[in-house]
Amino acid sequence: MSTAPLVEAPVSALRRALDAKNISSVELATLFLERIEARDSALNAFITVERERTLAEARAADARIASGEAGPLTGIPLAHKDVFCTEGVLTTCGSKMLSNFVSPYDAHVVALLKKAGAVSLGKTNMDEFAMGSSNETSYFGPARNPWKPGHVPGGSSGGSAAAVAARLAPIATGTDTGGSVRQPASFCGITGIKPTYGLVSRYGLVAYASSLDQGGAFGASAEDCALLLAAMTGFDARDSTSLDRPPEDYAAALAAQPAESSRPLAGLVIGLPREFFGDGMSSDIRAAVEAALAQYRALGAATREVDLPNAKLAIPAYYVIAMAEASSNLSRFDGVRYGYRAAEFTDLADMYCKSRCEGFGAEVQRRILAGTYVLSHGYYDAYYLQAQKLRRLIGGDFRRAFGECDLIAGPTSPVTAWELGAMSGDPAQMYLADIYTTPVNLAGLPGLSHPCGFDAGGLPVGLQLIGDYFSEARLLAAAHRFQQATDWHLRRPALAA
Amino acid sequence: MALSNEQIERLAKLARLALPDDSVDAMRIHLDSIFGIIAQMQAVDTTGIEPMSHPQELAARLRDDIVTETDHLAAFQTVAPQAEAGLYLVPKVIE
Repeated sequence: MSTAPLVEAPVSALRRALDAKNISSVELATLFLERIEARDSALNAFITVERERTLAEARAADARIASGEAGPLTGIPLAHKDVFCTEGVLTTCGSKMLSNFVSPYDAHVVALLKKAGAVSLGKTNMDEFAMGSSNETSYFGPARNPWKPGHVPGGSSGGSAAAVAARLAPIATGTDTGGSVRQPASFCGITGIKPTYGLVSRYGLVAYASSLDQGGAFGASAEDCALLLAAMTGFDARDSTSLDRPPEDYAAALAAQPAESSRPLAGLVIGLPREFFGDGMSSDIRAAVEAALAQYRALGAATREVDLPNAKLAIPAYYVIAMAEASSNLSRFDGVRYGYRAAEFTDLADMYCKSRCEGFGAEVQRRILAGTYVLSHGYYDAYYLQAQKLRRLIGGDFRRAFGECDLIAGPTSPVTAWELGAMSGDPAQMYLADIYTTPVNLAGLPGLSHPCGFDAGGLPVGLQLIGDYFSEARLLAAAHRFQQATDWHLRRPALAA
Repeated sequence: MALSNEQIERLAKLARLALPDDSVDAMRIHLDSIFGIIAQMQAVDTTGIEPMSHPQELAARLRDDIVTETDHLAAFQTVAPQAEAGLYLVPKVIE
């Protein structure tokens, strides 16, 4: 059979092809490995690809399929963000510090997906230690946007987003601390979801900011994200913040028949925060988002304005909390137990200082120093504690808003993908572009980005949907209804052809 | 707020980072820019607001007092820069 439709196909169609023995998992993995080999030099989406390991996993999946024991993801190829520890495979976190780190164990997410029979194609590029919004802080060079390779793919999970958009992988894992799944999904024209904090175990996920870090899923569509996310969630006693909840079948929620087939979203109230539609958003993004909202109304949803008066404080609160937690988390990298050690030093203290200075890139060092400052004696109350109080105010804004609506919608980012290097002069300017995504992490809520159009330059625009705690099924179902009625999620960059 | 080069050097020492002398100025300029963004939050009156340390207000879980982990020393030491006889090797700290 022709392989072109398989490259484009949703995971459900790959499942049917595998179950019907139209293709084997080994053939499917080979197809994507060959695409990576042929195209990734232009994108730099992958840091590590181990062909033989991938094919061994695919052979095991084929045996499971043959014995009739296949689950939804058995034999389906995927890519992992290089922040997830993978046993026996390089796990770099985009850093020189871990450029030699072959993990001795699997992250919980990786173990769950292995158990499900998914086949890992490799590890994807990312901003160093997930600190960045453009993938440009990676020690391995930036991943590039498949729509325009001179532009960034977003970050920090830029490699995963670029890989899915260019169809180098059908689906991919990511993590989202301040927008690192939703923003690159938006920049690359794909769908990405960050669930409620606590649904996906952080065990084996190299820590950046522990009270914000959360695993998430990338796919071309909400349907593909639903299948991947369902396989990533689940209680894990090794993560003290893991939530013990019954598993949810997101795919079934998407397949449910609405009462009114022509207006499947009838009864859904979508809140539009006044603060997300003010100045600062480009006119192209505003037009695409407005058109998407009109489509949601055509599908039966009602929209109403809501207020998130403290959302504007999310950027400072987020950066103070994230940098403080990062300075603490990254103190573990000392050149003693794992990771990079400087070649020359005079004594133990000098070894720590040189290993860390040579092993960490500039942005990571900036955040460690800023985090050290806000936690230092005399400044703690003014910065870290104040940020935690603002976090409470922002969480309260959402709680009130969800008293008036079921979901919140707005742009994912105030800008589309910028040119490589455009923001490198003043790193703080890049932080401001996280204005719509960071409030969601501070509150710990689930958020999703799906494509909803293009700017004048042909770069994708994303719509963000935010839900109340544990409303992943509702978020995915709303995006799915939108995608059943539109074709933005089916558009592919020329590079993917 | 403006940081001095001396403050940057003190922070680097606290954070165990050996900043090269010629990078201190650039670091100071970048941190000033970051704290310029952060400054806006300090004008907000948060009197009486309880700090939120975590999205889910969870009590720490208790588990049975039994051994759950096996010995991974050998596996973990394979990724150490320098290990010998089960020990991590570092420069001499006691004369």
